[in-house]
Amino acid sequence: MAEHVPLNDGPRPERSPAEKESLRRYWRSNLRILAVLLCIWFVAGLGCGVLWADWLNRFTLPGTAFPLGFWFAQQGSIVIFVLVILVYCLLLNWLDRKHHDELVRIRKEEGR
Amino acid sequence: MSIGLWTVIFVGGSFALYLAIAWWARVRDTKGFYVAGRGVPAPANGMATAADWMSAASFISMAGLISTMGSAGGVYLMGWTGGYVLLALLLAPYLRKFGHFTVPDFVGDRYDSNVARLVAVICALFISFTYVAGQMRGVGVVFSRFIEVDINTGVIIGMAIVFVYSTLGGMKGITWTQVAQYWVLITAFLIPAIAISIMLTGASVPSIGLGANLRPELADGQVVSLLGKLDQIQTDLGFSRYTEAFTGTWDKANVFFVALALMLGTAGLPHVIVRFYTVKTVKAARWSGFWALLFIALLYVTAPATAAFARYFMIESLNGKTAEQLPSWFHNWEKTGLILWVDNGDGVVRYSAGDDNEIFRSGTLSSTELSELLVANQKWIESAGAEGADARPILREKKLSGPDIDIIVLATPEMAKLSNWIIAFVAAGGLAAALSTASGLLLVISSSVAHDLYYRVLNPKATEQQRLLVGRSVIGVAVVIAGIFGIYPPGFVSQVVAFAFGLAAASFFPAIVLGIFSKRVGTVPAICGMIAGIGFTAWYIIACVFFGMAPWNFGIFPSGINPQGIGVIGMFINLAVTLGLTPLFPPPSAKVREMVDSVREPEDAGAAVEIETAPEH
Repeated sequence: MAEHVPLNDGPRPERSPAEKESLRRYWRSNLRILAVLLCIWFVAGLGCGVLWADWLNRFTLPGTAFPLGFWFAQQGSIVIFVLVILVYCLLLNWLDRKHHDELVRIRKEEGR
Repeated sequence: MSIGLWTVIFVGGSFALYLAIAWWARVRDTKGFYVAGRGVPAPANGMATAADWMSAASFISMAGLISTMGSAGGVYLMGWTGGYVLLALLLAPYLRKFGHFTVPDFVGDRYDSNVARLVAVICALFISFTYVAGQMRGVGVVFSRFIEVDINTGVIIGMAIVFVYSTLGGMKGITWTQVAQYWVLITAFLIPAIAISIMLTGASVPSIGLGANLRPELADGQVVSLLGKLDQIQTDLGFSRYTEAFTGTWDKANVFFVALALMLGTAGLPHVIVRFYTVKTVKAARWSGFWALLFIALLYVTAPATAAFARYFMIESLNGKTAEQLPSWFHNWEKTGLILWVDNGDGVVRYSAGDDNEIFRSGTLSSTELSELLVANQKWIESAGAEGADARPILREKKLSGPDIDIIVLATPEMAKLSNWIIAFVAAGGLAAALSTASGLLLVISSSVAHDLYYRVLNPKATEQQRLLVGRSVIGVAVVIAGIFGIYPPGFVSQVVAFAFGLAAASFFPAIVLGIFSKRVGTVPAICGMIAGIGFTAWYIIACVFFGMAPWNFGIFPSGINPQGIGVIGMFINLAVTLGLTPLFPPPSAKVREMVDSVREPEDAGAAVEIETAPEH
């Protein structure tokens, strides 16, 4: 892992076009990650736990006596919520790292 | 040793611990006072957030609510955890990057307007006072039930403790006491749940026990699952099946709206949001979101298990029993009025959903009203209906059928025949839950007045000492007001909690999300949106709760929308007004747009703003 280099000394450095492009891609990847994770959040909680709960109750969670809709409403959704945040942390911290390093590289190449 | 003595030992011991932490964590500057010097590690912040969030309601009442609501009780479980996903993904990292002290600070700076700041301050104050009143009452109730002091003395002791550690240590003191309080409350919640799970199913993890089979000796040697048995008992007694997804007024639309409103409201509650300002970096803010939900989930996946176990226990140990066969926990709790048996003369307890139900609670009845009813009922039985009055239809009319929901958690240890010290530990857990939430709320009140109102609007030249002094005095005043609410509870406390979530969902959540994810939304549309959202939500709740307006079905839903769920509509109104007006008004200034740009950068590409070096602070 690259050494941690703080990128700026002042409050807001001027950005070169390459830097701006990197920041733009960073924000877009961030939005994509958010969209996917929020879909999972919706499907697990409000979807399986509420909207389709009565239909899911026809099945049971394998190996237990939980009707599936009931399980999603009272246990499953919470477990999935915790996992969603975990994945978010890992992905975003990785993305931060990646773009941080990219910005450092761009600066070196541009000789600043 | 008696329960009372054990309770004094545990409660006294935990209070001494909180005070010791407060002394160790005392602070001298505003940064320490409001955001704990931004030096809190992510897991500790997660625990503090969890304790901050889990109030007396989560600890004492939630399992009881689920126990009576069955599957639909999932709205509280999903609503109060799902909000953390929104908070951690959409708000926390960005707000931390802005580097302010409070939520109104963000709203005021992003929308570049003191009007927006004031609207936010008023919302924050209203939400926090509503909430804190309930916590102080919770403190009093726990004191009065477990130690022989009256509710008012209990409230005053609680006030004194909170006052000391929140004025001495500010956010730093509050954070570290909350970490201690988390462990007290989670242990107190888990021990009885684990014990009762082993007793009923043999599984030592309660959430697994919930989906397991009953011990054969409890089911006449047959293989029956706990939930299956519970469904069958409930049906036999005329209740709806425990696992039935939607029953009565909790139809699909209402469950959906209430769950979503609780999620959006959770994400907009100022005392939870400010916790993310206390960590060092944006990365740590993300991780504390994860730790917070993980620690909260420990209680939230156990609560439905406690609920189902207690439901099973309650029906099995009461229904069909005679006075001699009733368990001792029933007699202990009968004294508190949380559970009552009103016989029809046959000497056998009947607990059902129908007219023959004999299990009630005293609710808001005074003790004289209650004893008059019971005397009349006794007369009615003895005279075979010639004199007196059957108390059951009267109590049913007053909607007092069934035991009080609070008994579920409070009496579970006794149902499971656990030793006295565990029962006493549950009292300390309830107090920890109430005090930790109360202190977090008091700090929000203090910062809203001393930082947002006094420093940012009234006297921007105030020195560090002046600001600290104002901050501490406001906490003092707020503690006293909260205590007065606890001693003289306004009858509507429980009803206005819907307000807190509805307002947070309809005001803060959309304003902050748009502030981060749109660079185009300007001052006027945002203020109009907030006012429209709050206005509609407040009007609907007030009309439904206080003036008996029939809930609207908006022409598309099969039944009217419960006031608890109306925040969702309020939020959409806010969004629609804000986005509708946006093209008509100028975009925010270049300075604000640059500020928004800066929070959208990866960490360290422009460091998280430090309050001390930021030009405007």
